[in-house]
Amino acid sequence: MTVLVGKTGADDVVVRGARVLDPVSGVDGLLDVRVDRGVIAELRTHVDTNEHRVIDGDGLVLAPAFVDPHVHLRTPGREDEETIASGTAAAAAGGYCAILAMPNTDPVVDCADVLRGLRARAADEAEVAVGFAAAITVGQEGEHLTEMGELADAGAAAFTDDGRPVASAGMMRRALQYNAITERPLAVHAEESTLTRGGHVHAGTVAAELGLGGWPALGESLAVARDLALAADARRPIHLMHLSARESVELLQRAQSARVDATAEVTPHHLCLTDDAIRTLDPNLKMNPPVRADEHRQALIAALRSGDIAAIATDHAPHAREEKDVPFEAAPFGVTGLETAFGALYTHLVEPGLLPLETLLERMSAGPAAIFGLERPRIEVGAPANFVLIDLRSRWRVRADRFRSRSANSWLLGRHLTSRIVLTMAAGRVAFDA
Amino acid sequence: MNELHVIPGELRPPRPRERRHLLSVADLSRDDVERLLSSARSFARSQERDTKKLPTLRGRLVVNLFYESSTRTSSSFEIAAKRLSADVLNVKAVGSSADKGESLKDTALTLSAYGPDVIVVRHPQVGAPHLVARVSDSHVVNAGDGKHQHPTQALLDLYTMSEELGRLEGLHVAIVGDVLHSRVARSLVQALRLVGASVVLVGPPTLVPAGLADASHDIESVGAADVVYVLRMQRERMDEDGHVPSLREYSARWGITPERVRPGQRVMHPGPMNRGVEIDGRVADAGCSLVVDQVRSGLVVRMAVLYDLLTAGPVAVEAAVAVA
Repeated sequence: MTVLVGKTGADDVVVRGARVLDPVSGVDGLLDVRVDRGVIAELRTHVDTNEHRVIDGDGLVLAPAFVDPHVHLRTPGREDEETIASGTAAAAAGGYCAILAMPNTDPVVDCADVLRGLRARAADEAEVAVGFAAAITVGQEGEHLTEMGELADAGAAAFTDDGRPVASAGMMRRALQYNAITERPLAVHAEESTLTRGGHVHAGTVAAELGLGGWPALGESLAVARDLALAADARRPIHLMHLSARESVELLQRAQSARVDATAEVTPHHLCLTDDAIRTLDPNLKMNPPVRADEHRQALIAALRSGDIAAIATDHAPHAREEKDVPFEAAPFGVTGLETAFGALYTHLVEPGLLPLETLLERMSAGPAAIFGLERPRIEVGAPANFVLIDLRSRWRVRADRFRSRSANSWLLGRHLTSRIVLTMAAGRVAFDA
Repeated sequence: MNELHVIPGELRPPRPRERRHLLSVADLSRDDVERLLSSARSFARSQERDTKKLPTLRGRLVVNLFYESSTRTSSSFEIAAKRLSADVLNVKAVGSSADKGESLKDTALTLSAYGPDVIVVRHPQVGAPHLVARVSDSHVVNAGDGKHQHPTQALLDLYTMSEELGRLEGLHVAIVGDVLHSRVARSLVQALRLVGASVVLVGPPTLVPAGLADASHDIESVGAADVVYVLRMQRERMDEDGHVPSLREYSARWGITPERVRPGQRVMHPGPMNRGVEIDGRVADAGCSLVVDQVRSGLVVRMAVLYDLLTAGPVAVEAAVAVA
């Protein structure tokens, strides 16, 4: 069963003269791309237009579209913050052709009926393909395993209690063992709650100065150590979500060296920001886990470059305006990210020379696709058209009124970004056209 | 006080005009502090006269928006505004629309509709005055936000030290007690550093966070200080969080008793005091205690802050006082 659902298309398009860049397929050159009925039909220096729509790719980069393994679509329950339609439109605008939605909704995606309902809606509404992750425990309460077998049969893309940890080591161990009957990834939100309770920001000098409760790096790495040990013992794969701490990265690398099947993702905000930014007390800088001191950021960038962290995930977490228009201390955790991820990372990592463009493209597409067992978006003849056109020279200001997302709680509001998504083709159709 | 804006321009929507706020000591320069203390001295002289009211801020409106209980701070802001002839509106969370669940943003917008010149905000959550500053067109003064900042307290403490000891540069101050939960300590550490004084934080390891200033867990380290600044132990926090095993053990180890005060040292406390817990009653009432001076300083320093925000800045305060 395919875990992804969404609109598909059979568009006819020719893109002329773009720099076609698919690092995994080994393509890098000024080429024309012809898409016949949603499938890449030709890839060479000059193709016939066949009366297709022609897009001038001069000066643009054409790359595999992105895959985001960590998105909160807030549906069901908080459709005022995001819907399947708005969240996937935001994804398309950000260059994504596939996303995974987290199950911490109201109700929680913990039974097959809720999951089937979401998948049926997504088939009609989703601008790009969506996979729905299901909960590990009923209600994400950490007490009883969900019916993972039935959920997998109904199309669960992964299992996670994201938003909170599986507090009990015994329960986590059982989940790892039982999940052997499905072929779906188990993804964990690593947090030792007794160390993070009352925490708002990274426990460090900035928290001490601002008088805000600290969420220490150890609050994550202690849980990472536990879950890696459990995965090693159970001989099962494990995926670590939104890593934020240097110590977590070191534990991941040690486990990988010991042949534990462990993977990880990192968010644009943890790669671009440090806790210094929090001094403004802008509630759009509050997220869980929090952004940390520069040594942590540097460790995350290095691990992303080396591939030990193989995926970039936005952890796109929409919040209603009134929820964030409160004092920093009262604000909920979470920031949006789908529409700014590439721009933020290009501006803050590629331009300053911290990460090659090819690596960024791989970690936003092939990397997460491989971890979650999804088909890799690729620029090859015969592949479905899942690609993005990017203008790397364009400079723009992030504005609240320009988002496709229903929410605008972005940490980038008012800031300038270099590079802009011009067009996204997802599942053979033009899903976004600037 | 051109440095007073806290939120860098990029992160907030454009505003038609520049407004100055007092949100954090971190936004003040040494010149700002010296100017404010100098204004406070002039206002102190004006308060020695029979007629204490000055016409300086006649026709201006000051709103005191208090979401936490307060005696000293709210009364001194009120008197300060009245002594400068401003109109004053006191709004307390209890008995206001906040009781009915109105958000801070909406309360701030509502009060802003009256066109107040200054909104003084006290709130239990970090960042509350910053939110008010974002949504209203008034000058905002932070009168305490959570465990973050209480800048007028730090200024009145500097004023008290400077009046009593004749200088600030080179002073050595020991801040004793629950630094972790104290906005007073956070503001004062920054303020003392700004004027060239040195600080040591003294208290239990669980209540003295790393990274703020030199720290010691040994009460003996107050011996070298010119000023022993005693923080309030918040009893309610001890029960909830268990940062120290008991108040009894705290008092025995870190309580300021007459035996622990060296002749010549001054003792300060922001109030309200827990006599017998962090400070021995005999110390609180002794000649070395500046607790009442601090309250008196609070009035003139808050007059100086209101005056400074509502006038263009370093205008000679003598002129304003002379009008009276």
